[in-house]
Amino acid sequence: MIVEFGHYALVLAFALTLVQSVLPIWGALQKDDRLMAVAPPVSVMLFVLVLLSFMVLTGAYLSSDFSVLNVVENSHSAKPLLYKFTGVWGNHEGSMLLWVLILVFFGALVGIFGGNLPADLRAVTLSVQAWVSAGFILFLLATSNPFTRILNPPLEGADLNPILQDIGLAIHPPLLYVGYVGFSITFSFAVAALILGRIDAAWARWVRPWTLLAWCFLTLGIAMGSYWAYYELGWGGWWFWDPVENASFMPWLAGTALLHSAIVMEKREALKVWTVLLAIFTFSLSLLGTFLVRSGVLTSVHAFATDPARGVFILALLCVFIGGSLSLFAWRASMLKQGGLFAPISREGGLVLNNLFLTAACAAVFVGTLYPLVLDAVTGEKISVGAPFFNLTFGPLMVPLLMAIPFGPVLSWKRADLGAACQRLYAAFGLALLLTLVTYWAWGMEKVLAPLGVGLAVWVMAGAMSEIVTRVKFFEIGFKRGFSRLVGLPGSAWGTAIAHFGIGLTVLGIVTASAFQDERVLTMRPGDTVELAGYQMTFEGAAPRRGPNYTEEVGHFSIRRGGAVVAELDPSKRIYTARQMPTTEAGIYTTGFSQVYLSLGEGRGDGAVDVRVYYKPLITLIWIGCVIMSLGAVFSIADRRLRVGAPKPARKRQQSMAAAE
Amino acid sequence: MTRKQRRLTLIGSAGAVLAVALTLILIALRSEIVFFQSPTEITQNGVAPGQRIRLGGLVEEGSVVRSDNAHVRFRVTDTANTVAVTYKGILPDLFREGQGVVTEGVVGSDGVFVADSVLAKHDENYIPKEVAEALKAQGHWQGEEGSTN
Repeated sequence: MIVEFGHYALVLAFALTLVQSVLPIWGALQKDDRLMAVAPPVSVMLFVLVLLSFMVLTGAYLSSDFSVLNVVENSHSAKPLLYKFTGVWGNHEGSMLLWVLILVFFGALVGIFGGNLPADLRAVTLSVQAWVSAGFILFLLATSNPFTRILNPPLEGADLNPILQDIGLAIHPPLLYVGYVGFSITFSFAVAALILGRIDAAWARWVRPWTLLAWCFLTLGIAMGSYWAYYELGWGGWWFWDPVENASFMPWLAGTALLHSAIVMEKREALKVWTVLLAIFTFSLSLLGTFLVRSGVLTSVHAFATDPARGVFILALLCVFIGGSLSLFAWRASMLKQGGLFAPISREGGLVLNNLFLTAACAAVFVGTLYPLVLDAVTGEKISVGAPFFNLTFGPLMVPLLMAIPFGPVLSWKRADLGAACQRLYAAFGLALLLTLVTYWAWGMEKVLAPLGVGLAVWVMAGAMSEIVTRVKFFEIGFKRGFSRLVGLPGSAWGTAIAHFGIGLTVLGIVTASAFQDERVLTMRPGDTVELAGYQMTFEGAAPRRGPNYTEEVGHFSIRRGGAVVAELDPSKRIYTARQMPTTEAGIYTTGFSQVYLSLGEGRGDGAVDVRVYYKPLITLIWIGCVIMSLGAVFSIADRRLRVGAPKPARKRQQSMAAAE
Repeated sequence: MTRKQRRLTLIGSAGAVLAVALTLILIALRSEIVFFQSPTEITQNGVAPGQRIRLGGLVEEGSVVRSDNAHVRFRVTDTANTVAVTYKGILPDLFREGQGVVTEGVVGSDGVFVADSVLAKHDENYIPKEVAEALKAQGHWQGEEGSTN
């Protein structure tokens, strides 16, 4: 009964999205306040209904209700409680329900906190959001109903795919979805602006926090997915340029560009048309990602089931939303008035450069991801596009962008003096050069590019910090007064510096972990010792162990350095009983920012086992950098000027900015 | 600078970046993509030594030989032809005799395929799409359309 209630709530939600799709926008076009006033309460009701539906499904999972097909296929009564809960989105239907939940959640947020938006903009935005919601709820109801019952409930379920039974994967999809789907709201704002034919700095001030929020979560979600792949798949790699990874990376690149172009629009009223287009592109890429991942065109851990009807349905949604919004753009974009001239060397110019490289890089990833699919569909020829393609295209496009990052914040708006900007960056450049030389000195000339990569990363980090230092003027006015200026800096200045510092950290991690890693693959017998990067690893023996829904063979290793045992690692091979599926659990020892990584291969029967050992210097910086980038986004969102409902102290702001110069 | 010059600078730099990106993409599409081949295609058409390819098929029953230091030899078959493969490293969890596999590497001078990666599958029932089609081409495929669940 309760399961049918969840289903019914979803149907009701669909009916409401239809109401929401029509009334508010009709009201906005007819200038009817009563019709527009429908939007906020309905957006909240929608959220409540979908939440109810989601909770019902969660309830079915927690109570192992095997009369529900979805639960039978993806759960097991012996599964730990946490994974019963996270198993809700560990399958196609449940994850799409989560997708829709977040979609209507963002709608509700605009409904609740949108009080100081122009009434028509809010009404139309919520209508557009409802169009998207209607499409996806219909998709759920028509092709992917999670509430389908079965006639003869079995006693036991088929269990969740074992590699998904992991805490990393438990939080990766919600984070990623908040990011992915969060861009829907910027999309709705963009389409609303096109429909109303009006766009101004206030629009950008409204859109930027939403973009930042989505971007923040997307960054965390991608980082989490990468770390999960790193420790769960047992290959020691953290990024494979796999199409499903690219599917989330493309919206990230476009979203990053959007974030920056929205700044130009907010401050200088320039790049309006471009910003709107980017907002459309970003969400389109999110939709494309959903299509690639969910339709079964790609076979991967994410393609839970391949049902042609689903693929066709999502493809149709994709065409309607992307095609529709782009046609609307072509038709209405000319109505948006351009403003704000700027010289090529200026803050605006720098941000344009950022956008150019990011979109070009995004295009490269796009081609690399879709080309094999298109080629297969057209000629039937099978190819694979892997890391070498992306290293040759994406890599070279990122280098100039990274080199340019520190210049951005030190250039002034409208027209900047490049010489003066360089002066502020002497220290950062010196530091980068120094560390490049130190790396050459330490590692010799055998790796020519790696020290340059280290220098580039340091340049980005030091450049980000020098922006703060120059603004605070520690050296001119002393530490005490400097400190009070430090605290008084606007959140967005902090956000920029922190996020840029984070990207530098990530680059540093990538460079060191790829260039200076040590790897050994060998067969070990109990008592054998292998030496790697100054660590002695001894295989002490293997023993079987039982988990709640798996059995495993655990290898016991002790890690020594200079004679003393620094760590004991227990990598294992697991067999999940319900599916008879083996998985590898790596043993990881973190020391400083570096890691020793051990994973087991198949046992030989005679006690010998194949072992893969890595030493990965500074690898954790890759993910720490991502977390710091998200932190930068948080600082930016917290900026008073962007806060929703903050009055516009135009005069005061100018004064404080003049004082800060 | 006049308005026109500014616009030209903007368009010019945009064009330059896009041209660079396009060139890189085209070069990479010529040199950095890897073609999928079945054992039959390799046997019949041959492969230039040093050219990277993806080889897919079934792991032949009884062909897996492990030796020390994680060296593995096995044979990949599409039931009509087989290709011998060597690999040093840890095999993916779901590598089994009689199951589908995709390997990437180069054909050595002795005709043995030297793989540097053996692709992991995420599910025990899953047969890579390419492999399924290669098997179908040999008329030995009775399974369903490559489903993952």
